[in-house]
Amino acid sequence: MLGLNKKDAYLFLLVLALVVFAPFLLNPFPENSELAQFNAGYPDLMQRFLIFGIFAIGFNILFGLTGYLSFGHAAFLGVGSYAGVWMMKLLTMNVIPAIFMSVVFAGLFSLLVGYISLRRSGIYFSILTLAFAQMSFSLAYSVLTPITNGETGLQLALDDPRVLGVSQVDGSIPQANLFGIPMRESFELSLGGWLFTFNAGYYLCAVVMMVAFYVAVRIFRSPFGMMLRAVKSNQQRMNFTGLNSKPYTLAAFVISGMYAGLAGGLMVAMDPLAGAERMQWTASGEVVLMTILGGAGTLIGPVLGAGFIKYCENIFSKINDNILYGWFSGLPEGLADALVFVIHPFIGKGWHLTLGIMFMLIVIFLPGGIMEGLERIGRLFKRKPPSEDNAAAQASAAPAE
Amino acid sequence: MEILRVEGVNKSFGGLRALNNVNFSVEEGTVHAIIGPNGAGKSTFLNCMIGRLAPDTGTVMFGDISLTGMKPHEINQIGVSRVFQTPEIFDDLTLMENIMIPALAKRDGEFALHAFARVDLDAEIRDKAMHMLEDVGLAEKRDTTASSLSRGDKRRLELAMCLSQDPKLLLLDEPTAGMSRADTNNTIDLLKRIGDRGITKVVIEHDMHVVFSLAEKVTVLAQGTIIAEGKPEDIKGDPRVQEAYLGGAHL
Repeated sequence: MLGLNKKDAYLFLLVLALVVFAPFLLNPFPENSELAQFNAGYPDLMQRFLIFGIFAIGFNILFGLTGYLSFGHAAFLGVGSYAGVWMMKLLTMNVIPAIFMSVVFAGLFSLLVGYISLRRSGIYFSILTLAFAQMSFSLAYSVLTPITNGETGLQLALDDPRVLGVSQVDGSIPQANLFGIPMRESFELSLGGWLFTFNAGYYLCAVVMMVAFYVAVRIFRSPFGMMLRAVKSNQQRMNFTGLNSKPYTLAAFVISGMYAGLAGGLMVAMDPLAGAERMQWTASGEVVLMTILGGAGTLIGPVLGAGFIKYCENIFSKINDNILYGWFSGLPEGLADALVFVIHPFIGKGWHLTLGIMFMLIVIFLPGGIMEGLERIGRLFKRKPPSEDNAAAQASAAPAE
Repeated sequence: MEILRVEGVNKSFGGLRALNNVNFSVEEGTVHAIIGPNGAGKSTFLNCMIGRLAPDTGTVMFGDISLTGMKPHEINQIGVSRVFQTPEIFDDLTLMENIMIPALAKRDGEFALHAFARVDLDAEIRDKAMHMLEDVGLAEKRDTTASSLSRGDKRRLELAMCLSQDPKLLLLDEPTAGMSRADTNNTIDLLKRIGDRGITKVVIEHDMHVVFSLAEKVTVLAQGTIIAEGKPEDIKGDPRVQEAYLGGAHL
């Protein structure tokens, strides 16, 4: 189906189902229950799941396949965002040109950065990309203020020219839309105690992400993808096999840069503003975390990693001491105080601490990320007699000779 | 006809003269062995031939193309393949993929952005890879990762990778180093079999058994200079060769 083999087609359909039904799946708790704060089914967060999913899928094409660890991919996301906002300022509030130009500009910028950075490999490559990203961040923050609007961030204004649209509607800035469908428009469905929100912007993200995911699957299964894995495995042999590894790595770099730009463009389509902080190194580090956490080099791992981190960011950071006291209200006061004292650093603003600990645990115990965890669970439930599996595993783990 | 011609090649590492005015040529369709004691410059010589090292002076001509200054992938693309002393394979990939990569390199050139094609539906490449694996007796292991192979199998795999490109010239750097006698004999048989395809081979070897059962011509290298050249049986009795190997002791 769709030119995919059976296994990939099932995976694609699974992801499709998850994405389409996410407004239900992510809202498992009734609206006024105590657990409702763990619901993630609101448009803003669901959009972020998909946008960062795209970002991570693209990053995985570079890092997962070729092993080149870029520490500057947020720069491409930032460039994409600025390009998108400018399209909305100058051309039209329709999101298609904005997203398109985001991809184009991010691609061009990544061509430049990649061409220079890929002269080196390993840690030197990482440092070069990091330097480029920080340079872009600083430039966007200060020197390039006419283009980026510096610290304030680039926003739409009432006097934007907007050649193919109108500057203002009833004295306010027109909404971002897709051929007339506003991105903010939502349809709410109330079922019993549950409230489900279906947002136009979310479903645009969903379509784009499914296309992005499909392209990634095709790249993984293509001769090009195999060459990228060859780069990771043994670049020396690759060169002596008559393959020029440089254009391969550069192509992977540009493709992943374009994915980052696509994510940036979608961010703008959902919320038309762009700030320099999107390019900061912490943002670049975040996508590295997502990819490793989910499972670098796997098809779906980075998406899971992105969802996992964005969920933690939103949910853990919302829990505060009052909510904790609410949970521990049944316990004696001293004990509740003690528990809150212990948990306090891990919640609210301290959610990074929780993330850090989880990241450490996963890297140490599951180097393959969430995907390896799922695989291990899957193996436990496999019907095959385990002895055969073990024998095979031992044979492959045994040293050569 | 000469397929490879090396003229006046010098290479120094600091004060060490690794190659000293080496002149050498290989006839098309023959098996040419290069032997010599440790540190004679054999590997340096091979590296100069395939572009891994640039010689200080001199020329390396492949047919009428000069190999000096060419990049490794360019040298491979014109038909020179190399088997390394320590097997250089794609450790993380399966045996099948290991052979499909050179086969694709041969067909599609040094770079091809086939990002949307399905590699598992490419019957031509798959058949070729499968055929090569059968040739070297690794067919039943086609879906295992290459890192789990024994050293002898790894070398066979590397050989299959090179052969899948139908090279005009195959350079082998100690193809049997570290192998058991049985594995060595298997490799000799394999090399003899591929000799039938008319691929010219240059073999660097320590093992005299291998040299004398394969080579039609032997060149002896010592301290960066060629000291003797000729048929295997002539080389065996050459006093200069004995001196180089045994330090002048007469047996």
